[in-house]
Amino acid sequence: MSNPAPTEVEQPESDVFIDVDKPWVVIVWNDPVNLMSYVVYVFRSYFGYTEEKAKKLMMQVHGEGRAVVASGGREEMERHVQAMHEYGLWATLERS
Amino acid sequence: MKPFKRRKRGGLYAVFEENEARMIVNLVGQVVELLADRTTPEESSPDPLAAMVGMSGPIMPPEDPVLQRLLPDAYRDDPEEAMEFRRLSERSLSSAKMMNAELVMGSLQEGGLDIDRVETDTQSARIEVELNDIEVQAWLRSLTDVRLAVAVRLGINDEEDLMLLAQSDDEAVSTMVDVYEWLGYVQETLVSALD
Repeated sequence: MSNPAPTEVEQPESDVFIDVDKPWVVIVWNDPVNLMSYVVYVFRSYFGYTEEKAKKLMMQVHGEGRAVVASGGREEMERHVQAMHEYGLWATLERS
Repeated sequence: MKPFKRRKRGGLYAVFEENEARMIVNLVGQVVELLADRTTPEESSPDPLAAMVGMSGPIMPPEDPVLQRLLPDAYRDDPEEAMEFRRLSERSLSSAKMMNAELVMGSLQEGGLDIDRVETDTQSARIEVELNDIEVQAWLRSLTDVRLAVAVRLGINDEEDLMLLAQSDDEAVSTMVDVYEWLGYVQETLVSALD
């Protein structure tokens, strides 16, 4: 298992991540299988997000079909995507 | 099944009926088989050196829809990047999933399940498992993989599909829906015991 230590504890409350230093984003897509509680758990334990932020992101995935859950350098985002796939979440990365 | 509870000193504890434990073993075993078939030599890279150092794997997405879901593309709109990422990472993703499945089977065996024994009606064992942190992570991920696999096979694409399938006249389908929902229950108790 390849779980890097959580690096982003708090981020600005903006849902728009347009930042020259963070050109890549990880998107988690909705699926009808994963339990809401599990998705919140993954966002909390893997990314180190607060319960509130993790719930908000989970609800966004559920309601809007997708959510940006992390942003940063490409290699780091690729590691996050790989980790999400290990958890069984459907994730992709793309340029922001 | 007795739901997962945290023990004061120790890990997360649950009790399964023998048939429940066997079903979990059977299902995670099927996922392992699918993943193992995917990593047979003919799927591998023609570059033997890269294969030797474990640097290279298949580049094309799997044809089986279950494997497509378990080993998804990392780039949605860029097939070339998706292939390159898959070449470098699919093997390790796949072996992580297989290792998780092995740990799940291992904890059930440790809990008293004799995997090799032929199932009989005469004696039914109580399978008591107590998961340490590593096993908890393996169970969470492996239960997810199994639920994803069952959902794909059942054709669950949205929440409504599940309700329709649950009312199916086909007994095999409704049984599988029950199994799917039960696995969700097991996972739910595991997640909530973590808090």
